[in-house]
Amino acid sequence: MSEMPIATTRSAAGMPTARLAVWWIIASEIVIFGGVLGSYIMHRLAHGIWADYAANTNTEIGLINTFVLLTSSLAAVLAHQAAERGDGQRAANLLYATTGGGLVFLCIKGYEWSYEISHGMTITANTFWSFYYTAAGIHALHVIAGMILMVITAGWAKKNEHLHRVEIIGVYWHFVDVVWIFLFPLLYIAK
Amino acid sequence: MILDSLLPATASTYAADIDQLFDVITLLVMLPFSVACYLFFSFIFRFRAKDGEKAMYITGTEHRYMKWIHRAHYPVLTFDLIIVVMAVNVWYDVKQDLPEKESEVRVIAQQWAWTFVHPGLDNTLGTADDITKVNELHVSKDTLYHFKLESLDVLHNFSVPVFRLKQDAIPGRVITGWFEPTVTGEHDIQCAEICGIGHGLMPARIKIKGAAEYAKWVERESALALARHMEETSQPLEIAQR
Amino acid sequence: MAESIPVEEHHGDPAGDHGHHEMSFVSKYVFPLDHKIIAMQYLFTGMFMALIGGFFSYVFRMQLAFPGMEVPGWGVVSPADYNALVTNHGTIMIFWVAMPVLIAAFGNYLIPLMIGADDMVFPKINRLSYQVFLVSAIVILGAFFVEGGAFGGAWTAYPPLSTKAEYNLTGLGSTLWITAVFLEFVAFLLGGINFIVTCMNSRAPGMKMWDIPMVVWMIVIASILFMLSVGPLLAGGIMMIFDQNLGTAFFDPDRGGDPILWQHLFWFFGHPEVYVVLLPAVGIVADVMTTFSRKKLFGYKTVLYTAIGTGVLSFTVWAHHQFIAGIDPRMANVFTVTTLLISVPIAEMLFVYIATLYGGSITLTTPMLWALAFIFEFLIGGITGIFLGASGNDIYMHDTYFVLAHFHYTFYPIAIIGTYAGFTYWFPKMFGKMMNDTLGKLHFWLTIIPFNLIFLPLFVLGASGQHRRIYDFTNYPELAQPWQQDLRILASVSLCVMLGAQVLFFYNVITSWMSGKKAEKNPWKANSLEWTADSPPPHGNWPEGLPNCYRGPYEYSHPDREEDYWPQNEPA
Repeated sequence: MSEMPIATTRSAAGMPTARLAVWWIIASEIVIFGGVLGSYIMHRLAHGIWADYAANTNTEIGLINTFVLLTSSLAAVLAHQAAERGDGQRAANLLYATTGGGLVFLCIKGYEWSYEISHGMTITANTFWSFYYTAAGIHALHVIAGMILMVITAGWAKKNEHLHRVEIIGVYWHFVDVVWIFLFPLLYIAK
Repeated sequence: MILDSLLPATASTYAADIDQLFDVITLLVMLPFSVACYLFFSFIFRFRAKDGEKAMYITGTEHRYMKWIHRAHYPVLTFDLIIVVMAVNVWYDVKQDLPEKESEVRVIAQQWAWTFVHPGLDNTLGTADDITKVNELHVSKDTLYHFKLESLDVLHNFSVPVFRLKQDAIPGRVITGWFEPTVTGEHDIQCAEICGIGHGLMPARIKIKGAAEYAKWVERESALALARHMEETSQPLEIAQR
Repeated sequence: MAESIPVEEHHGDPAGDHGHHEMSFVSKYVFPLDHKIIAMQYLFTGMFMALIGGFFSYVFRMQLAFPGMEVPGWGVVSPADYNALVTNHGTIMIFWVAMPVLIAAFGNYLIPLMIGADDMVFPKINRLSYQVFLVSAIVILGAFFVEGGAFGGAWTAYPPLSTKAEYNLTGLGSTLWITAVFLEFVAFLLGGINFIVTCMNSRAPGMKMWDIPMVVWMIVIASILFMLSVGPLLAGGIMMIFDQNLGTAFFDPDRGGDPILWQHLFWFFGHPEVYVVLLPAVGIVADVMTTFSRKKLFGYKTVLYTAIGTGVLSFTVWAHHQFIAGIDPRMANVFTVTTLLISVPIAEMLFVYIATLYGGSITLTTPMLWALAFIFEFLIGGITGIFLGASGNDIYMHDTYFVLAHFHYTFYPIAIIGTYAGFTYWFPKMFGKMMNDTLGKLHFWLTIIPFNLIFLPLFVLGASGQHRRIYDFTNYPELAQPWQQDLRILASVSLCVMLGAQVLFFYNVITSWMSGKKAEKNPWKANSLEWTADSPPPHGNWPEGLPNCYRGPYEYSHPDREEDYWPQNEPA
């Protein structure tokens, strides 16, 4: 804490600095995903045949993954509540649960991808699959980054340090979740 | 106008329109530019620091000062409007409207050469007497051409400065446009989109001929093309002509 | 809302929190957390890159003036060399000079000082931002030393040329190019979040929104524009790297992709990017101009609204770069209208700046000369843009030297003139010494006159039909006329004079730094908060306690006051 400048502790905008920052990070992330998905939608509208490629995606697995991510988000909300109460230990445990949700998501994704790749649906198969792997891949990287940050935050929370960061990582995790809510219908349901 | 001397010769029907647009824009932007420069330099001179004189305190919200800024917008908006109308008009003629063709030519760009396919005596492309030339485009004066622009590899740009014509060539697409030469002569064709190491090394020439001269050229070249075609396919002449 | 900041924060010794340990050289200058040192890192890296970009322009201008000559310092310029040089000149000057100097260096230096904070809100992210930036700079320069050489497909990197090694012949070079650009964007996203949050949250007690100096506002608006426009290009960068190395076909028309997609992603960012670098320069000019004309900025809110208006409009004009690129021709009409609409806020901004001079008490110091030159030169850049925004005329002008001269008349005032205005103005604060004014003015004239002599001839050449990125015009009979070659030689010789004049600048900086007159806290009698700190400010900026703010930054020549300035921190 001794390293922190006074600047960081001010809040002229009426919002704690870290929360303000995470919203701006999310704003810049939205346009990154917006770029990928916008390009994807433009291509998709121009190529009717993509519906045939999309038919090969596994909607059930996508649905299960949506469920897993939403559940993990719920754990993040509960962690935030625990942190508000000052219960660092419980917040940490819930963050670990959230991280576990992310892990399950990645495992399912890994199974799904290895199945698809072994059946010839690789990233170079055609532009639909290129978008499929690129968009979901960038999202998966965000999941991994979120999990790493979550474990670090949980470590602090356990010692009742930086409890406000539980909320910050939660906001970020919800964002990752929302991105998936957009990816799922665009890549899986639209056939 | 004097400004035209900046631009190269004109050799197409719409070149004069584009030049006129250029002149009008020049005139319309020079007016506010001169006024702005006059005010700018005269203020610097007039309000230089003098001993014992304090600057004025103007916030820029006073109506009596602000009205000048607002008034300045009327000419700006009017000029914008004139330029938009003229620009869109010219654009429509050159790029959106496609007049009835009298002849056509295929333009194929590749790293780093131009191939031009001219129709033979039958005046249609895709027949055996098509005349293929590398880096040489032959056209007849006062004939309305459609060009079909293709690229074999990367982006190129078919630019004929004397026509004031420019169009990107995109691999995988055939882009159709038009031009009508108005004076005979020989001019440059440039590639105007960077296309790799040889980008500077793909100059081509456009040769605009009078109708009679062009007809003679087509007669000679298409006969040669047919003969070459026959040699390659060893088909009788009549079949090839069909 | 700003007043709600608790006053208790002033207890104790603010700088003592993180400043009073003796720091080693390495932790102070190599891995610093202090925003001022990070600003200096950005500034000097940017200047170093500017020297490289300038050297590149010297090499290819010599080739254009004297085709086939052995250029001293480089040798014979091959077509591959030429393409690599123009490509990297453009990329470096925009992404590794204009951005780091105008946004990162001035932003890092000025934001905390001008809003009365002791540092940026996230010093570690700030440091990380510079480190990522440094890596990106090494990557882009490293591309010159790999097999095949540096990428030569122009700074716009249109596919398929940029994605297929068999077309560009620089397989590794193109991947390094896009990687470097990608990393640079990441660095500026990190920096941008810092700038925005610092300005929103860490203002001095009493500093309301309309009390923020214009340069801070502009850097923040620029950062927001950057953050909201760069995303699609980051996505495009990933696609391009995949196309180059994994064999995907996002931009490959033969396999279901679309090369035009990249152009949309690139210019959706590329056009706002112009305003990303323009706005900080405009802000610097506002601060310099008000100080040396002892005038309140004419219409503070007007300037702000025009900046925001320009920023918003800049998201709607990108396709004017693609009029003849094969997009639907009907789209050109829409984009002509939006493009010409931009002339309204920009004209208003320039009017307001000229109006600020009215009734002033103008002293032509070196920084003031630079600021005034910015207005004049940018005016030329602005009006020549109208020629290109008008779709009908762009059919002819597109990709000619007219375009090149136009954007150099915008980017040069922004990146070079704006930077010199800011640098000479804040030099006393940054280094605690006054710069030599005579040398400064000499440097000014020896830069400004050759600058105009470089680019005015290029307008004429462009109008005569000369296209960009062609390494030897003697292959084109209509471009090889003697008068055209004379103009090319004039431009190239002027460039050499201008580059040579920069030696004066570095000489001036070094001698003034070493043995210049010591600068007081507030040598220009300016109002904003940075002038209440020591020159140079120590770590923590105001060890005696952070300042409060009582009024706007431009209260010059107020009728109720004896003195012609009224510092922001002086209680009423």
